[in-house]
Amino acid sequence: MDQPSVHPVTWKRPPVLFTHTGWRRAIYAGALIYLVLAMQSIEVDWQRVYLGLDRGWKFVEGFLTPDFTTRWRDISEGLIESLTMTVTSTVAGILVSVPIGIGAARNLAPAPVYLFCRGIITLSRSFQEVIIAILLVAMFGFGPFAGFLTLAFASIGFLSKLLAEDIEACDRSQIEAIRATGASWWQVVNYAVQPQVMPRLVGLSLYRLDINFRESAVIGIVGAGGIGATLNTAIDRYEYDSAGAILIIIIAIVLVVEYSSSYIRRWVQ
Amino acid sequence: MTTNAPTPVWHYRTRKQTLLGWLGWFSLVALTVFCWQLMNENTIWAFVSDAPEQAADIGGRMFPPAWSYIDQLWEPLWDTINIATLGTLIGVAVAVPVAFLAANNTTPSRRFVRPLALLLIVTSRSINSLIWALLLVAVIGPGLLAGVIAIGLRSIGFIAKLLYEAIEEIDFNQVEAVRATGASGAQVIDYAIVPQILPAFWGISVFRWDINIRESTILGLVGAGGLGIQLSASLATLAWNQVAMIFVVILGTVIVSEWVSARVRQAVI
Repeated sequence: MDQPSVHPVTWKRPPVLFTHTGWRRAIYAGALIYLVLAMQSIEVDWQRVYLGLDRGWKFVEGFLTPDFTTRWRDISEGLIESLTMTVTSTVAGILVSVPIGIGAARNLAPAPVYLFCRGIITLSRSFQEVIIAILLVAMFGFGPFAGFLTLAFASIGFLSKLLAEDIEACDRSQIEAIRATGASWWQVVNYAVQPQVMPRLVGLSLYRLDINFRESAVIGIVGAGGIGATLNTAIDRYEYDSAGAILIIIIAIVLVVEYSSSYIRRWVQ
Repeated sequence: MTTNAPTPVWHYRTRKQTLLGWLGWFSLVALTVFCWQLMNENTIWAFVSDAPEQAADIGGRMFPPAWSYIDQLWEPLWDTINIATLGTLIGVAVAVPVAFLAANNTTPSRRFVRPLALLLIVTSRSINSLIWALLLVAVIGPGLLAGVIAIGLRSIGFIAKLLYEAIEEIDFNQVEAVRATGASGAQVIDYAIVPQILPAFWGISVFRWDINIRESTILGLVGAGGLGIQLSASLATLAWNQVAMIFVVILGTVIVSEWVSARVRQAVI
C-alpha cells in the first residue's frame, strides 16, 4: 500500500546571520528605520546639483586633458615637498616606533613600560592625520616641517601597534632557546626576536611609506605643506585641468610605490 | 712542525653581502639627509623653536573644554555618523560587483574587464576622501551629499581590493560541486562563492565603516558636512576651548565605533 511520503519536498536555505527569527526581524526593521531617518538628514538642493553637473563635466574634461605645464612650478614644488616629507617622516617614524613597539609587546616588556607604550599608540591612532596637522601647524607654523611631524606621529601608532602584535606572535621556542644559552635581554631581542620580525617590519615600513605619501597629499589642505596645498589652490581657481594633472601624478606615484614595494617585499621574504 | 692554519671564523653573511648591506644602509641615510635638507629649505626655525610656548599657550586656552558647547554638537555628530554609514553603503553596493569583476577566478574576461576593474580600484584608493570631498563640494555644492559620495568613492577601492583577494582565496571544490548539480552562473555565485566570502565581507565592511567614521569627522573642513564644519568655525574664531570639546566628542565617537567594529568582527569571524 502506498503511503504519502512525509519528507519535505522543498528546501529553504537557513539564514546565515541572526538565526533567531524574532531578532532577525527586529534588526532588519531597525536598520530600515535608521536608513529612513538618515536619508532625511541629507538635504539636497537639486537645482545646485543640476548647475554643478556642468562643472563636473568640466572636471572630467580636465582630467582627460590634463595641463601639466601652466602651473608646473607650483606642482613641482608641492611634489618635492610631499616626497621629501614622505621619506623623512617614514624614516623618523620607524626609528621611534621600533623601541615603542618592543615596549608594547607583552612578552618582552614589564607591565609599566607596556602600559606606557600602549598609551602612546592609542593616542596616536585615535586622531586623524588632518586633526594632528591642524594642531601642529598652529604650533610649528605653516610648511612641510609640521607635515613631517604629523606623518611621523601617525606612523608611530601604525608601525608600533603592528610590530608589537608581531613580536607577541613570535615563536616562543626560539626565544627560550636563546635565553637558555644565558643571553641577556638585549641578546634575546637581537638574536631571537629580530630575525623573526625583520621581514614583516620591512614590509610594514614600505606599506607605511605608501600611506604617508597619500596622506601628504591631504594635510596640505590645512597648511602642512605638500601637493595638497597646490591641489586646493587649483580647485579654488577652477583650474580643473591643473587639478586633473595633479591627481594623475598622485595616482601614478602611488602605483609606482605600490608595485616597487610589493617587489621589494617579495625579495625580502 | 707545521703552524696551525687559522681556523675559519663563522660569519653570518659573506663579505660581499655585508658590503652590499652597508652600501644599502649608507644610501638610505644619504637619501634621508638629502630629503631633510630639501624639505627644510624654507622652514623658519624661529617658529619651530618657540613651539613649546605656542603649545603651552594653546593648551592653556583649550582647558577647560567648553562643555556647554555640546548642545550644538549633537546634530553635526548625527550628520557625521550618517555620512559614514550611508557612504559605506554606497561603497559596498559598488564594490561588490567590482570585486567579482576583478577577482582572477570570477572575472568574465581576464584581458579586458579585469585590468579595468583594477584601475578603478587603484584610482579610488589613491585619492583620499578629503580630496574627493574637495572636488565634490566644488561640483555639487557644500552639504552632506558631497560627504556621503566622497566617503563612498573612497570606500569602493578599499572594500573591492580586500574582497577580491578573499574571492581569489576560496575553495574551488565547492564551486565545482555546486556546478555539478546543474546550477546556473548566478546560482553558483549564490550557493558556492557567497557563503565562503560572507564572513570576510562583513569584517571588511565594518572595518571600513570604522575608518569612515574617523574620516567623516574632518570632511566638514572643506564644506562636506558633519563635525568638521563646527571644527573649522571654531578654529577660524580661535575658540580653542570649543575645539577641545569637539576633540573630546570625536575621541568618544572613535572609541565607540572601534568597539562596535571589534565586537562585530569577533562575532562574524
